[in-house]
Amino acid sequence: MMATPNTPLWEVFIRSRNGLAHKHVGSLHAADSALALQAARDIYTRRGEGLSIWVVPSNAITASDPSEKGMMFEPAETKIYRHPTFYDVPDEVGHM
Amino acid sequence: MAVASISVSETPLVLYTLRRADDALILGHRLSEWCGHAPMLEEDMALANMGLDLLGQARELYSYAAKVEGKGNDEDKFAYLRDVRQYRNLLLLEQPNGDFARTMVRQFFYAAFADLYWRAMMRSSDTTLAAIAAKSEKEMAYHLRHSSEWIVRIGDGTEESHARAQTAIDDLWAYTGEMFAVDGSERALADVGIVVDPAGLRAAWLKTVTDVVREATLALPNSNWMQQGGRSGRHSEHLGHLLSELQSMQRTFPGATW
Repeated sequence: MMATPNTPLWEVFIRSRNGLAHKHVGSLHAADSALALQAARDIYTRRGEGLSIWVVPSNAITASDPSEKGMMFEPAETKIYRHPTFYDVPDEVGHM
Repeated sequence: MAVASISVSETPLVLYTLRRADDALILGHRLSEWCGHAPMLEEDMALANMGLDLLGQARELYSYAAKVEGKGNDEDKFAYLRDVRQYRNLLLLEQPNGDFARTMVRQFFYAAFADLYWRAMMRSSDTTLAAIAAKSEKEMAYHLRHSSEWIVRIGDGTEESHARAQTAIDDLWAYTGEMFAVDGSERALADVGIVVDPAGLRAAWLKTVTDVVREATLALPNSNWMQQGGRSGRHSEHLGHLLSELQSMQRTFPGATW
Protein backbone atom coordinates (compact mmCIF):
# COMPACT_ATOMS: atom_id res chain seq x y z
CA MET A 1 0.00 0.00 0.00
CA MET A 2 3.04 2.21 0.32
CA ALA A 3 4.56 3.98 -2.62
CA THR A 4 7.86 2.31 -3.34
CA PRO A 5 10.44 2.89 -6.05
CA ASN A 6 9.29 -0.40 -7.64
CA THR A 7 5.69 0.71 -7.99
CA PRO A 8 5.44 4.26 -9.33
CA LEU A 9 2.18 6.18 -9.57
CA TRP A 10 -0.05 6.02 -12.66
CA GLU A 11 -3.03 8.17 -13.62
CA VAL A 12 -6.07 6.32 -14.94
CA PHE A 13 -8.42 7.54 -17.67
CA ILE A 14 -11.62 5.71 -18.59
CA ARG A 15 -13.84 6.13 -21.63
CA SER A 16 -17.30 5.14 -20.54
CA ARG A 17 -19.05 5.05 -23.91
CA ASN A 18 -18.24 5.27 -27.59
CA GLY A 19 -18.02 8.88 -28.68
CA LEU A 20 -17.07 10.23 -25.27
CA ALA A 21 -13.57 11.30 -24.24
CA HIS A 22 -11.39 9.45 -21.77
CA LYS A 23 -11.91 10.99 -18.36
CA HIS A 24 -9.57 11.01 -15.40
CA VAL A 25 -10.89 8.71 -12.68
CA GLY A 26 -8.01 8.33 -10.23
CA SER A 27 -4.56 6.91 -9.76
CA LEU A 28 -2.85 3.72 -8.64
CA HIS A 29 0.55 2.15 -8.02
CA ALA A 30 1.96 -0.49 -10.36
CA ALA A 31 5.36 -1.81 -11.41
CA ASP A 32 4.89 -1.18 -15.13
CA SER A 33 2.33 -0.21 -17.74
CA ALA A 34 0.93 -3.72 -18.30
CA LEU A 35 0.27 -4.24 -14.61
CA ALA A 36 -1.05 -0.68 -14.29
CA LEU A 37 -3.60 -1.41 -17.01
CA GLN A 38 -4.71 -4.59 -15.22
CA ALA A 39 -4.93 -2.82 -11.88
CA ALA A 40 -6.97 -0.04 -13.48
CA ARG A 41 -9.36 -2.64 -14.85
CA ASP A 42 -9.70 -4.26 -11.42
CA ILE A 43 -10.08 -1.04 -9.45
CA TYR A 44 -11.95 1.35 -11.71
CA THR A 45 -14.15 -0.78 -14.00
CA ARG A 46 -15.68 -3.23 -11.52
CA ARG A 47 -19.16 -1.79 -11.97
CA GLY A 48 -19.15 -1.60 -15.74
CA GLU A 49 -17.75 1.93 -15.92
CA GLY A 50 -15.72 1.61 -19.06
CA LEU A 51 -15.02 0.47 -22.58
CA SER A 52 -11.45 1.71 -22.79
CA ILE A 53 -8.67 2.48 -20.34
CA TRP A 54 -5.58 4.67 -20.57
CA VAL A 55 -2.85 4.64 -17.97
CA VAL A 56 -0.23 7.38 -17.93
CA PRO A 57 2.82 7.68 -15.67
CA SER A 58 1.98 10.43 -13.19
CA ASN A 59 5.43 11.94 -13.62
CA ALA A 60 4.69 12.44 -17.34
CA ILE A 61 2.08 15.04 -16.47
CA THR A 62 3.06 18.71 -16.32
CA ALA A 63 0.63 20.58 -14.10
CA SER A 64 -0.21 24.28 -13.77
CA ASP A 65 0.93 26.01 -10.61
CA PRO A 66 -1.98 26.88 -8.26
CA SER A 67 -0.16 30.07 -7.20
CA GLU A 68 -0.37 31.33 -10.78
CA LYS A 69 -4.12 30.99 -11.09
CA GLY A 70 -4.59 34.76 -11.28
CA MET A 71 -2.40 35.06 -14.34
CA MET A 72 -3.59 31.81 -15.83
CA PHE A 73 -7.35 31.92 -15.42
CA GLU A 74 -8.70 35.29 -14.30
CA PRO A 75 -8.24 37.06 -17.65
CA ALA A 76 -10.84 34.72 -19.18
CA GLU A 77 -13.50 35.71 -16.66
CA THR A 78 -14.18 39.10 -18.31
CA LYS A 79 -14.39 37.75 -21.88
CA ILE A 80 -18.03 36.72 -21.79
CA TYR A 81 -18.28 37.32 -25.55
CA ARG A 82 -16.36 34.09 -26.02
CA HIS A 83 -19.39 32.12 -24.89
CA PRO A 84 -21.65 31.31 -27.86
CA THR A 85 -24.71 32.90 -26.26
CA PHE A 86 -25.03 36.07 -28.35
CA TYR A 87 -26.60 34.51 -31.41
CA ASP A 88 -30.26 34.00 -32.25
CA VAL A 89 -30.64 30.52 -33.61
CA PRO A 90 -33.39 30.32 -36.27
CA ASP A 91 -36.18 27.95 -35.34
CA GLU A 92 -35.62 25.96 -38.54
CA VAL A 93 -32.23 24.85 -37.25
CA GLY A 94 -33.89 22.90 -34.50
CA HIS A 95 -31.91 21.31 -31.69
CA MET A 96 -28.19 22.03 -31.85
CA MET B 1 -25.14 -27.86 18.01
CA ALA B 2 -23.66 -28.75 14.65
CA VAL B 3 -26.10 -29.53 11.87
CA ALA B 4 -25.86 -32.77 9.90
CA SER B 5 -24.54 -32.93 6.35
CA ILE B 6 -26.94 -33.41 3.46
CA SER B 7 -26.91 -36.45 1.22
CA VAL B 8 -26.54 -35.97 -2.52
CA SER B 9 -27.81 -38.21 -5.32
CA GLU B 10 -24.73 -38.12 -7.50
CA THR B 11 -26.02 -39.00 -10.93
CA PRO B 12 -23.36 -38.38 -13.59
CA LEU B 13 -24.63 -34.88 -14.44
CA VAL B 14 -25.05 -33.87 -10.79
CA LEU B 15 -21.60 -35.19 -9.94
CA TYR B 16 -20.05 -33.44 -12.93
CA THR B 17 -21.67 -30.12 -12.06
CA LEU B 18 -20.73 -30.36 -8.39
CA ARG B 19 -17.13 -31.06 -9.32
CA ARG B 20 -16.91 -27.86 -11.34
CA ALA B 21 -18.86 -25.89 -8.75
CA ASP B 22 -16.54 -27.12 -6.00
CA ASP B 23 -13.51 -26.12 -8.09
CA ALA B 24 -14.84 -22.59 -8.35
CA LEU B 25 -15.94 -22.30 -4.72
CA ILE B 26 -12.74 -23.62 -3.20
CA LEU B 27 -10.38 -21.57 -5.34
CA GLY B 28 -12.60 -18.53 -4.89
CA HIS B 29 -12.48 -19.01 -1.12
CA ARG B 30 -8.70 -19.34 -1.21
CA LEU B 31 -8.45 -16.04 -3.09
CA SER B 32 -10.81 -14.40 -0.60
CA GLU B 33 -8.35 -15.29 2.15
CA TRP B 34 -6.01 -12.67 0.65
CA CYS B 35 -8.53 -9.90 1.25
CA GLY B 36 -6.75 -7.29 3.35
CA HIS B 37 -3.45 -9.20 3.18
CA ALA B 38 -2.21 -8.77 -0.40
CA PRO B 39 1.19 -7.19 -1.08
CA MET B 40 -0.43 -3.98 -2.28
CA LEU B 41 -3.88 -2.43 -2.39
CA GLU B 42 -4.19 -2.84 -6.16
CA GLU B 43 -3.50 -6.57 -5.95
CA ASP B 44 -5.85 -6.92 -3.00
CA MET B 45 -8.63 -5.70 -5.28
CA ALA B 46 -7.53 -7.92 -8.16
CA LEU B 47 -7.49 -11.06 -6.01
CA ALA B 48 -10.90 -10.27 -4.53
CA ASN B 49 -12.28 -9.63 -8.02
CA MET B 50 -11.02 -12.99 -9.23
CA GLY B 51 -12.44 -14.65 -6.13
CA LEU B 52 -15.83 -13.11 -6.86
CA ASP B 53 -15.68 -14.30 -10.48
CA LEU B 54 -15.23 -17.82 -9.17
CA LEU B 55 -17.93 -17.45 -6.52
CA GLY B 56 -20.33 -16.39 -9.27
CA GLN B 57 -19.42 -19.46 -11.31
CA ALA B 58 -19.89 -21.66 -8.24
CA ARG B 59 -23.35 -20.26 -7.54
CA GLU B 60 -24.58 -20.89 -11.07
CA LEU B 61 -23.18 -24.40 -11.11
CA TYR B 62 -24.56 -25.29 -7.66
CA SER B 63 -27.96 -23.94 -8.62
CA TYR B 64 -27.93 -26.03 -11.78
CA ALA B 65 -26.83 -29.12 -9.84
CA ALA B 66 -29.72 -28.55 -7.44
CA LYS B 67 -32.16 -28.28 -10.31
CA VAL B 68 -30.85 -31.41 -12.02
CA GLU B 69 -30.84 -33.38 -8.78
CA GLY B 70 -34.34 -32.22 -7.83
CA LYS B 71 -34.12 -33.32 -4.20
CA GLY B 72 -34.65 -29.98 -2.51
CA ASN B 73 -30.98 -29.11 -2.13
CA ASP B 74 -29.82 -25.64 -3.11
CA GLU B 75 -26.60 -23.71 -3.62
CA ASP B 76 -26.23 -22.93 0.09
CA LYS B 77 -26.78 -26.52 1.17
CA PHE B 78 -24.21 -27.77 -1.32
CA ALA B 79 -21.66 -25.22 -0.12
CA TYR B 80 -22.31 -25.29 3.62
CA LEU B 81 -23.69 -28.71 4.43
CA ARG B 82 -21.42 -31.22 2.75
CA ASP B 83 -18.52 -32.83 4.56
CA VAL B 84 -14.97 -32.86 3.24
CA ARG B 85 -15.40 -36.33 1.69
CA GLN B 86 -18.40 -35.05 -0.27
CA TYR B 87 -16.39 -32.28 -1.89
CA ARG B 88 -15.25 -33.03 -5.45
CA ASN B 89 -12.79 -30.21 -6.27
CA LEU B 90 -9.33 -30.60 -7.72
CA LEU B 91 -6.58 -31.05 -5.13
CA LEU B 92 -4.66 -28.20 -6.74
CA LEU B 93 -7.29 -25.67 -5.79
CA GLU B 94 -7.46 -26.48 -2.08
CA GLN B 95 -3.70 -26.06 -1.61
CA PRO B 96 -2.91 -23.22 0.81
CA ASN B 97 -2.13 -19.77 -0.53
CA GLY B 98 1.44 -19.80 0.75
CA ASP B 99 3.28 -16.74 -0.47
CA PHE B 100 2.12 -14.54 -3.34
CA ALA B 101 4.19 -16.52 -5.86
CA ARG B 102 2.48 -19.75 -4.85
CA THR B 103 -0.97 -18.23 -5.12
CA MET B 104 -0.14 -16.92 -8.60
CA VAL B 105 1.31 -20.25 -9.79
CA ARG B 106 -1.81 -22.07 -8.59
CA GLN B 107 -3.99 -19.50 -10.32
CA PHE B 108 -1.90 -19.71 -13.47
CA PHE B 109 -1.99 -23.52 -13.70
CA TYR B 110 -5.75 -23.54 -13.21
CA ALA B 111 -6.67 -20.52 -15.33
CA ALA B 112 -4.60 -21.81 -18.26
CA PHE B 113 -6.74 -24.94 -18.05
CA ALA B 114 -10.11 -23.40 -17.22
CA ASP B 115 -9.91 -20.87 -20.03
CA LEU B 116 -9.46 -23.67 -22.57
CA TYR B 117 -11.96 -25.88 -20.82
CA TRP B 118 -14.85 -23.43 -20.65
CA ARG B 119 -14.21 -22.29 -24.20
CA ALA B 120 -14.57 -25.90 -25.33
CA MET B 121 -17.64 -26.35 -23.11
CA MET B 122 -19.44 -23.57 -24.98
CA ARG B 123 -20.24 -26.32 -27.49
CA SER B 124 -21.94 -28.48 -24.88
CA SER B 125 -25.30 -29.89 -25.91
CA ASP B 126 -26.53 -28.85 -22.45
CA THR B 127 -27.64 -25.25 -22.97
CA THR B 128 -27.28 -24.29 -19.30
CA LEU B 129 -23.73 -25.59 -19.11
CA ALA B 130 -22.92 -23.91 -22.43
CA ALA B 131 -24.19 -20.59 -21.09
CA ILE B 132 -22.21 -20.92 -17.86
CA ALA B 133 -19.17 -21.81 -19.97
CA ALA B 134 -19.53 -18.69 -22.12
CA LYS B 135 -19.53 -16.44 -19.06
CA SER B 136 -16.77 -18.32 -17.26
CA GLU B 137 -14.44 -18.42 -20.25
CA LYS B 138 -14.11 -14.63 -20.35
CA GLU B 139 -13.42 -14.49 -16.63
CA MET B 140 -10.81 -17.21 -16.77
CA ALA B 141 -9.14 -15.61 -19.79
CA TYR B 142 -8.52 -12.58 -17.61
CA HIS B 143 -7.29 -14.70 -14.69
CA LEU B 144 -4.84 -16.28 -17.10
CA ARG B 145 -3.66 -12.90 -18.35
CA HIS B 146 -3.27 -11.53 -14.84
CA SER B 147 -1.46 -14.54 -13.42
CA SER B 148 0.76 -14.90 -16.51
CA GLU B 149 1.96 -11.31 -16.19
CA TRP B 150 2.82 -11.92 -12.55
CA ILE B 151 4.58 -15.24 -13.22
CA VAL B 152 6.86 -13.50 -15.71
CA ARG B 153 7.64 -10.67 -13.30
CA ILE B 154 8.14 -12.88 -10.26
CA GLY B 155 10.21 -15.44 -12.17
CA ASP B 156 12.29 -12.87 -13.99
CA GLY B 157 12.47 -10.58 -10.95
CA THR B 158 14.90 -10.87 -8.08
CA GLU B 159 16.84 -13.91 -6.95
CA GLU B 160 14.40 -14.41 -4.11
CA SER B 161 11.22 -13.98 -6.17
CA HIS B 162 12.61 -16.38 -8.77
CA ALA B 163 13.36 -18.99 -6.12
CA ARG B 164 9.90 -18.66 -4.59
CA ALA B 165 8.19 -19.03 -7.97
CA GLN B 166 10.28 -22.07 -8.87
CA THR B 167 9.53 -23.71 -5.52
CA ALA B 168 5.81 -23.12 -6.06
CA ILE B 169 5.95 -24.67 -9.53
CA ASP B 170 7.87 -27.68 -8.24
CA ASP B 171 5.46 -28.19 -5.33
CA LEU B 172 2.22 -27.75 -7.28
CA TRP B 173 3.17 -29.54 -10.49
CA ALA B 174 2.00 -32.96 -9.27
CA TYR B 175 -1.53 -31.57 -8.83
CA THR B 176 -1.92 -30.49 -12.46
CA GLY B 177 -2.56 -33.96 -13.92
CA GLU B 178 -5.90 -34.26 -12.17
CA MET B 179 -7.32 -31.47 -14.35
CA PHE B 180 -7.11 -33.75 -17.40
CA ALA B 181 -8.35 -36.98 -15.83
CA VAL B 182 -11.86 -38.38 -16.38
CA ASP B 183 -13.60 -41.30 -14.74
CA GLY B 184 -16.35 -43.52 -16.09
CA SER B 185 -19.10 -41.23 -14.89
CA GLU B 186 -17.73 -38.24 -16.77
CA ARG B 187 -16.75 -40.33 -19.78
CA ALA B 188 -20.40 -41.25 -20.27
CA LEU B 189 -21.33 -37.55 -20.44
CA ALA B 190 -18.47 -36.84 -22.84
CA ASP B 191 -19.59 -39.63 -25.15
CA VAL B 192 -22.96 -37.95 -25.69
CA GLY B 193 -21.59 -34.42 -26.09
CA ILE B 194 -22.74 -32.95 -22.77
CA VAL B 195 -19.18 -32.36 -21.61
CA VAL B 196 -15.76 -32.28 -23.25
CA ASP B 197 -12.95 -34.68 -22.47
CA PRO B 198 -10.29 -32.49 -20.85
CA ALA B 199 -7.53 -34.88 -21.91
CA GLY B 200 -7.76 -33.36 -25.37
CA LEU B 201 -6.83 -29.96 -23.96
CA ARG B 202 -3.57 -30.97 -22.34
CA ALA B 203 -1.30 -30.22 -25.31
CA ALA B 204 -2.63 -26.67 -25.65
CA TRP B 205 -2.42 -26.16 -21.88
CA LEU B 206 1.16 -27.39 -21.80
CA LYS B 207 2.13 -25.02 -24.59
CA THR B 208 0.65 -22.00 -22.80
CA VAL B 209 2.26 -22.97 -19.52
CA THR B 210 5.62 -23.75 -21.13
CA ASP B 211 5.74 -20.44 -23.00
CA VAL B 212 5.03 -18.34 -19.93
CA VAL B 213 7.32 -20.33 -17.67
CA ARG B 214 10.13 -20.02 -20.20
CA GLU B 215 9.63 -16.28 -20.52
CA ALA B 216 9.75 -16.11 -16.73
CA THR B 217 13.17 -17.87 -16.83
CA LEU B 218 11.61 -20.67 -14.77
CA ALA B 219 11.42 -24.40 -15.54
CA LEU B 220 8.76 -27.09 -15.38
CA PRO B 221 9.64 -30.27 -13.46
CA ASN B 222 10.46 -33.40 -15.45
CA SER B 223 8.31 -35.56 -13.22
CA ASN B 224 5.15 -37.00 -14.71
CA TRP B 225 3.89 -38.52 -11.48
CA MET B 226 0.54 -36.95 -10.72
CA GLN B 227 -1.50 -36.82 -7.53
CA GLN B 228 -5.24 -37.56 -7.77
CA GLY B 229 -8.22 -38.02 -5.47
CA GLY B 230 -10.14 -34.76 -5.24
CA ARG B 231 -12.74 -35.78 -7.80
CA SER B 232 -13.73 -38.76 -5.64
CA GLY B 233 -13.54 -36.95 -2.30
CA ARG B 234 -10.05 -38.04 -1.19
CA HIS B 235 -8.55 -34.70 -0.23
CA SER B 236 -5.38 -33.32 1.25
CA GLU B 237 -5.51 -32.32 4.91
CA HIS B 238 -5.98 -28.67 3.90
CA LEU B 239 -9.58 -28.88 2.68
CA GLY B 240 -11.02 -29.83 6.07
CA HIS B 241 -9.51 -26.72 7.65
CA LEU B 242 -10.81 -24.57 4.82
CA LEU B 243 -14.33 -25.98 5.17
CA SER B 244 -14.37 -25.59 8.95
CA GLU B 245 -13.98 -21.86 8.41
CA LEU B 246 -16.23 -21.65 5.35
CA GLN B 247 -19.04 -23.60 7.01
CA SER B 248 -18.71 -22.58 10.66
CA MET B 249 -21.65 -20.15 10.65
CA GLN B 250 -24.19 -22.45 9.03
CA ARG B 251 -23.00 -25.45 11.03
CA THR B 252 -23.34 -23.53 14.30
CA PHE B 253 -26.49 -21.55 13.54
CA PRO B 254 -28.38 -23.64 10.96
CA GLY B 255 -30.37 -21.53 8.53
CA ALA B 256 -29.03 -18.27 9.93
CA THR B 257 -29.56 -15.30 7.64
CA TRP B 258 -28.55 -11.65 7.89
